[in-house]
Amino acid sequence: MSDISKDLKDQPKFQEDIGSKGQDHHTFEIEKQNTLKKIQNFLHGNPTMVPVIILILSVVTFGLIAGGKFFSAFNLSLIIQQVTIVGILAAAQTLIILTAGIDLSVAAIMVLCSVFMGKLSVQMGIPTSFAIIVGLASGALCGAFNGWLVTKFRLPPFIVTLGTWNVFFALVIFFSGSQSIRGRDIEDAAPLLHFFGERVNIYGAQFTYGSFLMILIFVVLWFVLNKTAWGRHVYAVGDDKEAAELSGIRTDRILLSVYTVAGVILAIGAWVSIGRVGSVSPTSFYEGNLDSITAVVIGGTSLFGGRGSIVGALFGALIVGVFSSGLSIAGLDVLWQRFALGCLIIIAVGIDQWIRKISN
Amino acid sequence: MEPVLKAKNINKRYGKVVALDNANLELYNDEVLGVIGDNGAGKSTLIKALCGAVQPDSGEIYLDGELVTFNSPIEARKTGIETVYQNLALSPALTIADNMFLGREIHKKGIMGKFFRVLDQSGMQNLARKKLSELGLLTIQNINQQVETLSGGQRQGVAVARATAFGTKVIIMDEPTAALGVKESRRVLELIGEVKSRGIPIILISHNMPHVFEVADRVHIHRLGKRLCVVNPKDYSMSDAVALMTGAKEAPTN
Repeated sequence: MSDISKDLKDQPKFQEDIGSKGQDHHTFEIEKQNTLKKIQNFLHGNPTMVPVIILILSVVTFGLIAGGKFFSAFNLSLIIQQVTIVGILAAAQTLIILTAGIDLSVAAIMVLCSVFMGKLSVQMGIPTSFAIIVGLASGALCGAFNGWLVTKFRLPPFIVTLGTWNVFFALVIFFSGSQSIRGRDIEDAAPLLHFFGERVNIYGAQFTYGSFLMILIFVVLWFVLNKTAWGRHVYAVGDDKEAAELSGIRTDRILLSVYTVAGVILAIGAWVSIGRVGSVSPTSFYEGNLDSITAVVIGGTSLFGGRGSIVGALFGALIVGVFSSGLSIAGLDVLWQRFALGCLIIIAVGIDQWIRKISN
Repeated sequence: MEPVLKAKNINKRYGKVVALDNANLELYNDEVLGVIGDNGAGKSTLIKALCGAVQPDSGEIYLDGELVTFNSPIEARKTGIETVYQNLALSPALTIADNMFLGREIHKKGIMGKFFRVLDQSGMQNLARKKLSELGLLTIQNINQQVETLSGGQRQGVAVARATAFGTKVIIMDEPTAALGVKESRRVLELIGEVKSRGIPIILISHNMPHVFEVADRVHIHRLGKRLCVVNPKDYSMSDAVALMTGAKEAPTN
């Protein structure tokens, strides 16, 4: 009995002791970490390192396997040319995935804009610059339409864009009449549409203006996402929408602007794609949606939103390009390219999950 | 003495459920007002009405004697009422500095800030560091650390620091110790004392009776949608308070 009363008497003293004896509860207990834990911590702080490491490894590996043929300046610059369109799609896709959404309609929006640009300038004789402006505006409109459905009706982005993918694709067929616009006609009537297909040679490497524009898009987006309040808000909305709301962020406005900006990027991509392909074809880039998601995921951006970087998407697109190029130069069948890509996606998401575990 | 924050005859119904029935509350300068009450007594609704998260059906709120109405938490914040929500409202993937200025970032001066909307990141980091060290939390060394790498108590510290950085009139804390261990709760209670010593009055909502009785100057007991009484924790025991809260004891007439 006396023991219990003694215990009770000691208890408050124990409570007072806590925090008084120079104990600091807010210092970090730096535990002895094993190497794996250190790697996990490092990757958590630098999420872009995963795609960078994979990119370097794959370039080195294919360089060893395929030799000089792969490693030539020409081939490496060709890879950049080949990933230009997927890169631009992935840039738009990253913005949306960062807000914990997904956009299945990216390629359809891009093709629709390119159809508008081609149709107006080549077939209707409207000045090319005006046709391009109409194309850019319709991209913004398509994106805003997605954003409006997502914010106004609280529909999941997956469902919204699955729907609009089909709607936009149907519009593509309607406006184009299932007809391609031939490259020669574009060259005659509206050469400005081919502007981004122009090439420059730098020491044997060959770049299109489109590749430069793609890199410029990434630089601008990196700046906006990291250096402006809007960019921080995009991350906050994807990370925890409710917390963002309570912090005073108008989340619906952010979401709407993200989808609209993505639409503009896709319209720019439409112009670049006309230069890259030469013609305007209603059935081109049919797999662009999934390719863009692949690039974003391999680039280390989390599908759950709020984590990742825009530069990662560029690396992701380059990894895909390096794999296709390297495997085909090494003489492997196309089916193995797909096989490797599939494995890469699963590994990338696996690594992402593992890195995210750090907070628990 | 004029109360800093005063709620008068606040009513709020959710369908047939009466959450607030002519509820009153007064908060004076330089005090910590504990708010306790049984589950469903309406204390959360009352607090939400004060911080703008809920719009009352009728009733008045006065801040420094002036009638105010809040349509959103942002409007309440603009008048100097800051709330530390139970879920903290922090973005785990963003850094401590980003979180402290989330929704009210500081832009750079000149063209870069005005036209390109570039953030003054070093300025915000310095301010965040200053605020944290004022509250004795500077042992959080790296201001660019992601919030998700912090412990529960440290996150609470960041949320409190954010509130004190901007809360000029009133700080409302909703269950600040609910998710914390003994040590970390202690630290948060010290933090409440720290904030009070800077002359900012605090409303503390908590289920934890010992915590409320330790730091509160007055305890507001809420029952059945209205204020039952306000007691001085020095004159009442915790079991008295529980008895009042549950209706086992009559309210004192004062």
